[in-house]
Amino acid sequence: MRLLFGSLFMLAIAALAGLGATWLSLTRHTAFGGLTIGAWTAWPKAGTGDADPYARANIARTGQLPVGLGDGVTFMAQEDDNGTPLDGRCTVTLSGTTPAARFWTLTLYDLRGNLVANTLNRYGFTSQEIVRDADGQFTITVTSRAVSGNWLPTGGDGRYRLLLRLYDTPVGVATRAGREVPMPRVEAKDCP
Amino acid sequence: MIRWLLLLFGGLLLGGIVHLGTVMMVPRTATQDAYARLSPVAPVNTVAQIEAPQPDKARLTYMDPAFALAICRYDLSGGSLKFSVPVSQAYTSVTFYSRYDVAYYAINDRAAGRRVIELDLMTPEQRAQLPEDEDVTAADRLIVETPTVTGLIAVRALAPEPGLMAMARASLTAAKCNLAK
Repeated sequence: MRLLFGSLFMLAIAALAGLGATWLSLTRHTAFGGLTIGAWTAWPKAGTGDADPYARANIARTGQLPVGLGDGVTFMAQEDDNGTPLDGRCTVTLSGTTPAARFWTLTLYDLRGNLVANTLNRYGFTSQEIVRDADGQFTITVTSRAVSGNWLPTGGDGRYRLLLRLYDTPVGVATRAGREVPMPRVEAKDCP
Repeated sequence: MIRWLLLLFGGLLLGGIVHLGTVMMVPRTATQDAYARLSPVAPVNTVAQIEAPQPDKARLTYMDPAFALAICRYDLSGGSLKFSVPVSQAYTSVTFYSRYDVAYYAINDRAAGRRVIELDLMTPEQRAQLPEDEDVTAADRLIVETPTVTGLIAVRALAPEPGLMAMARASLTAAKCNLAK
């Protein structure tokens, strides 16, 4: 009897710990080899045949086709530089420059990976659409209220994430965070 | 007391195995992965144009709205595949995905270095069966090996501004993927 209870206890722990860890790793978007610069994180290896099991599971579960490494690299931000979650009610400013790339695109998604509806039908910017300062730097304002300059509208409420995709870029698996990879600063203000 | 601690430890160890096993199984059991989402609109070994994503309906998640997208869903059980696409004005890329959506090869227009990106796709067995002399002529033909017999080729053309989307789409309509004779 003690043996039976003992085995059941052990199996219950195994199921709970094993499935719990799987669920956590899939919902938290974990993968190895992340390259974090400021608020931005990229997983260059997830776009290659060497993608680790966590990256593979995440790709299959979300239903996306990741950008291949010979094509480009995707950086994701869901918090600002101070760790404040990006929220549609805040005013979020992106400023600075991007790493070298032939083109880049910036796109706003909800946490499920869908575009966010807005009256302007604007879901992001490409590197050619952006209005820049004289020194090549740019500022993008992500907020629900119309502003002048590069305005990226949010849906008004709810968390979101920003994806910065660099196409035809030297940034890749061998890249280390440092001065040669300048990413835009992300600052959230006026959060409720 | 010691006995229960040992059982707890054993359970956690077993849990680790369960965790690794389930994570590895996810790609094979996912019913809403990109391959499954594209299958209804992408016939086998033909180029299909995929609609631009909208907030309420998008074929895939995390689609880049600045790109026109076409898909060739391949099945090499009948032979190797020839793929070609003319490059668009701004930026064109071709990415190969395995049956489980892993991007195992990607090339862009500049790396291809021509006006038309041309590639031959084959399984390792089909490549091994290539006659010797054909390997010589293969110098000007890029050969890609797929890890799975079925999979996806994604062709993307960038519209740097929304007004150029029609042009990007038009360049993709000339993409071809056929089984080699």
